[in-house]
Amino acid sequence: MPNKEDNIRIGVFVCHCGSNIAGYLNMEELGAYVETLPHVAFAKRNLYTCSEGGINEIKKAIKEQNLNRVVVASCTPRTHEPLFRSSCAEAGLNPYLFEMVNIRDQCSWVHMQQKDDGTAKAKDLIRMGVAKAALLEPQVPIISEVAQRALVIGAGIAGMTSTLALANRGYEVVLVERGERLGGMLNQLNKLGPTMADASAFADEKVKAITAHPKITVFTKARVTEAQGFIGKYKVDIETESGVKKIDIGVIIVATGGRLLVPEGLYNYDGKKVITQLEAETLLKQGLDKGVNNVVMIQCAGGRTKERPYCSRICCQTAVKNAMLIKEQNPQARVSILYRDMQMYGVENEEMFRDSKAKGIRYIKYEPEDPPQVSDGKVSVYHSLLGRKIDLAADLVVLSTPIVSQDGAEATSQLLRVPIDDNGFFLEGHVKLRPLDFATDGVFLAGSARFPANIREAVAQGLGAASRASIPLSKGSVVVEPIISILANEDACRGCGLCVALCPYGALEIKKTDKGRKVHIIDVACKGCGVCASTCYQHALSVNSFTDDQINAQINAFLE
Amino acid sequence: MSKDILVIGGGIAGIQSSLDLAEMGVKVHLVEKLPSIGGKMAQLDKTFPTNDCAI
Repeated sequence: MPNKEDNIRIGVFVCHCGSNIAGYLNMEELGAYVETLPHVAFAKRNLYTCSEGGINEIKKAIKEQNLNRVVVASCTPRTHEPLFRSSCAEAGLNPYLFEMVNIRDQCSWVHMQQKDDGTAKAKDLIRMGVAKAALLEPQVPIISEVAQRALVIGAGIAGMTSTLALANRGYEVVLVERGERLGGMLNQLNKLGPTMADASAFADEKVKAITAHPKITVFTKARVTEAQGFIGKYKVDIETESGVKKIDIGVIIVATGGRLLVPEGLYNYDGKKVITQLEAETLLKQGLDKGVNNVVMIQCAGGRTKERPYCSRICCQTAVKNAMLIKEQNPQARVSILYRDMQMYGVENEEMFRDSKAKGIRYIKYEPEDPPQVSDGKVSVYHSLLGRKIDLAADLVVLSTPIVSQDGAEATSQLLRVPIDDNGFFLEGHVKLRPLDFATDGVFLAGSARFPANIREAVAQGLGAASRASIPLSKGSVVVEPIISILANEDACRGCGLCVALCPYGALEIKKTDKGRKVHIIDVACKGCGVCASTCYQHALSVNSFTDDQINAQINAFLE
Repeated sequence: MSKDILVIGGGIAGIQSSLDLAEMGVKVHLVEKLPSIGGKMAQLDKTFPTNDCAI
């Protein structure tokens, strides 16, 4: 297909990715093949194209070889496209004249045993990428202002920490809590491990600081019922007892926390003699009854099961902490912890675990196939070292149940258009690259909303999320990807509104114009998913960098 | 008060701190005792659980 420009000069960089690609594909053959493709003016193989050396070679080639398109055949655009694009920009080439071909994740990694076929597939993929690259057009990023106000949903320790951190940086913060008071689960706790600091004193201190802060507006018994918009420009409705407040918001932090599983029907749970660790916290706060001399704790109660396959992670340290506090209140008490595996990560936890053994707390391992049996006043468990079942007297049984996802997490996820995982916890943008961000720009998360977190972790995540949220706030504007829908053929649009109904981001609207009803794209809200362009029967809509011409060129190249 | 920030150590934690601070508009001085930044992460191959290339 002829291009509008006459002199297309494409540079192709084929990455070995160490042995990730080079170990499974015939690189020499691939390198020689690339040079034969149309418009390819320069081709180069790199051990790691993403290394400083590789990047410098791209920049050098753009300048010396007068390249006006760049293709990198390597790993995934998810992690490396931004880097290669910015390298093009640094060398003076519009970054949207860059195309990435993934010959690793869906090629070398899945064809490790088929070198010839894998190499042939890589050739196809590169040929398609080069064909598309020839038709790429420069794009200009979209700049949008950011409202200087953050919304924090949930006033547990993570949310309170984020709120204070942002407010202390000088930003206005709106803190929304559905409960009556601030503090979340912290209000129900007794002492906090490993320092055994008083939980309520800690909570009070935070609540006081929030209440007194001039930059913070708190809404309790309130809910976020609507959040329309996008990073920098959210229109949020907050339903409060005194009516609905409409507030302009720039960034949102989700800190809705988790909920402790109430083990109805498990181990004869009754909330009196058989209780949860959270109920044990309340008992310890009030002071343990005199008659409690034998305590048995059961770990993984309702956790690490088929229904909830994950490890809740913080229940082991909670159990050991509470066992120590029981011993402190009643040194004569016999405390046994029945466990599957002890999860005591970190320096202080391990130390507390060791101390607890020295204080006489007993640890007995049980197998999930043969769990302990709780009956009136005793717990029987198979002791693998003794090779028989033993009975433990129990005035009190404490079940270490896991933290499960918060009630209403699904509704929040739909409201903010952010994902949740199989267990109902919110899902971050990337485990390592964006652990406190959602994939949706401008929305962040902290604390047990993502995964069970102890206080220290919730605080760290709260600070981290606030820090991440400060980036767009301090910049005052955001640069949005210009790979968005465009009304390529206005005359063809009949204003039917099919695309508006299908857009998952609320980025389209029908407007009356001189030429009649036409679709209008709210460019900053558009994510470039292409749903509208692919459903428009008039072919009026198109997506930048994914135009019909470009995709047809790829398909034709594949069929060559 | 000088608004520049010093980050000591160019491993993944130091790099991420430096990047986020720089994004916020603060000038950052990142100091690493070895010839290159990247720390332990630069020595890893793929990282669990996504199998992303560590470098």
